[in-house]
Amino acid sequence: MSTTDASALDALYQEIILDHYKLPHGKGLREPHGAEVHHVNPTCGDEVTLRVQLDGERITDVSYDAVGCSISQASASVLYDLVVGKTVDEAMDIHGEFLALMQGKGTVEPDEDVLEDAIAFAGVAKFPARVKCALLSWMAWKDATAQVIGAHDRAADGGN
Amino acid sequence: MGATGSTTRSAALPGLLPELEVIRKDFPILERTLAGGMPLVYLDSANTSQKPQVVIDTMVDHLERHNANIARAMHQLGAESTEAFEAARDRVAAFIGAPDRDEVIFTKNASEALNLVANTLAWAGERQVREGDQVVITEMEHHSNIVPWQLLTQRTGATLRWFGLTDDGRLDLSNIDELIDDRTKVVSVTWVSNMLGTINPIAEIARRAHAVGAIMVVDAAQAAPQLPIDLQAMAEDERPDLIAFTGHKVVGPTGIGVLWGRRAVLDALPPFLGGGEMIETVRMEASTYAGIPHKFEAGTPPIVEAIGLGAAVDYLGHVGMESVHAHEQAITGYALEGLQTVKGLTVLGPLDAAARGGAIAFQLDGVHPHDISQVLDSRGVAVRAGHHCAKPAHARFGVQSSTRMSSYLYTEPREIDALVEALEYTRSYFKLA
Repeated sequence: MSTTDASALDALYQEIILDHYKLPHGKGLREPHGAEVHHVNPTCGDEVTLRVQLDGERITDVSYDAVGCSISQASASVLYDLVVGKTVDEAMDIHGEFLALMQGKGTVEPDEDVLEDAIAFAGVAKFPARVKCALLSWMAWKDATAQVIGAHDRAADGGN
Repeated sequence: MGATGSTTRSAALPGLLPELEVIRKDFPILERTLAGGMPLVYLDSANTSQKPQVVIDTMVDHLERHNANIARAMHQLGAESTEAFEAARDRVAAFIGAPDRDEVIFTKNASEALNLVANTLAWAGERQVREGDQVVITEMEHHSNIVPWQLLTQRTGATLRWFGLTDDGRLDLSNIDELIDDRTKVVSVTWVSNMLGTINPIAEIARRAHAVGAIMVVDAAQAAPQLPIDLQAMAEDERPDLIAFTGHKVVGPTGIGVLWGRRAVLDALPPFLGGGEMIETVRMEASTYAGIPHKFEAGTPPIVEAIGLGAAVDYLGHVGMESVHAHEQAITGYALEGLQTVKGLTVLGPLDAAARGGAIAFQLDGVHPHDISQVLDSRGVAVRAGHHCAKPAHARFGVQSSTRMSSYLYTEPREIDALVEALEYTRSYFKLA
């Protein structure tokens, strides 16, 4: 299948994606936060500043400020919906599923029970140039989460 | 297909190349159709230009019949290859009106040409940039004319200073005498902006640079494709000292670029890369170096690419750069008019076609440039979206990225119509009011 005809375009721009783009969930930078990261896509200039707050194993907030295309903005909104309230391990599993979907070149069948609205990104996987847009905030989230955990571990080490 | 929809608006567009249909036939890729049977509307020539058949054939012929290394093979093929390579240098020299063909240095691209200059200026030599010296560039430069100077000034302790921009996208020259002063050793300016399209007053800036004894470097990557350049005809104090451009934007292949420099300046710079072909003699204690151009062409060069570039500039020469420029201006004017009919669209840079080149960056309220280019692509319209390697210029206008259309000598008015129609389709696709 071609990646640039009208049906592929509709597969890329699912209504769910456009809805999240127009009314993003969880957008804005909030306190408190355990770590803040800034990620950019150097080829296109999309940027995201993202904060993660944990309470023990539980993700209590992901807040973000981002500039970029509909795919990158909607992806951050969907990320917020999927990971806030989950444990880090649960969220890492969702991250893994989403990564596999994005890197699957359109061959991976998404699991709606795990990915919920993120299944709408299945069409993005057929547009190699746009996969990075969809992954920008997810990579930022993983980085920020690792930093929060790392800071906790260091604090724990320091206490010994 | 909407591309034929409004030809009446373009029927009598003055300045168009009279044999546009014939020229289009020289570029085989323009016959291509894309997914969904959409004809290609290629509006990304500032990114890279398409190639005429004569360039493709010249390169294939060289590889099929004359391939050999140059300047060292003592056989017939070697002689043929060397002759073709050096003939390409002659053609490039003629294309820019170089006073001396040996002043034409082949590089990999314009970036390498600019890096050659910025690196060798950091090294010991009579032109060496030192702590306390100044280098002046502008806010509208491509990253390839920013980063090498940042590296140079960081390494040497010199200071980097910037010309600002006016709100309509021109260089703000109001402080030129203050900005370029006795401490200034290098001024490096783009001739034509790859984002704003602005054509800069190179002669005026060169006069000031020369008045304080600075070297004037010009990034001609966007100028060489569309402006007639006659270095020899320029007044001595208005002529740049060095200019850089790339082959693939002047209908030539990738992998080949050009640095032209005044002999006196090139002679004063130390060698860049060391290796084969750039030496006079090599002894274990030290080496001496070849004269220009070979001093700056270490190693086996991109031979067939240089020969392809020779065919490319020859082709442009036959069409005539005055005619190419007139065509670009006609298409640019037509595009500026058409784009401004699209609701919510803002053009970045001058709105006067005579003051600008054929690259037009714009914003469309409510749709991100990536999304615009994606929808345009589904209609066969190829443009570029992003920061176009000009992030400071985007920041100056408060935008993170833009969509850019860019035309060339093969662009037809109906392709601009197709772009405008595809932009209207984009607005409806994203349900903009």
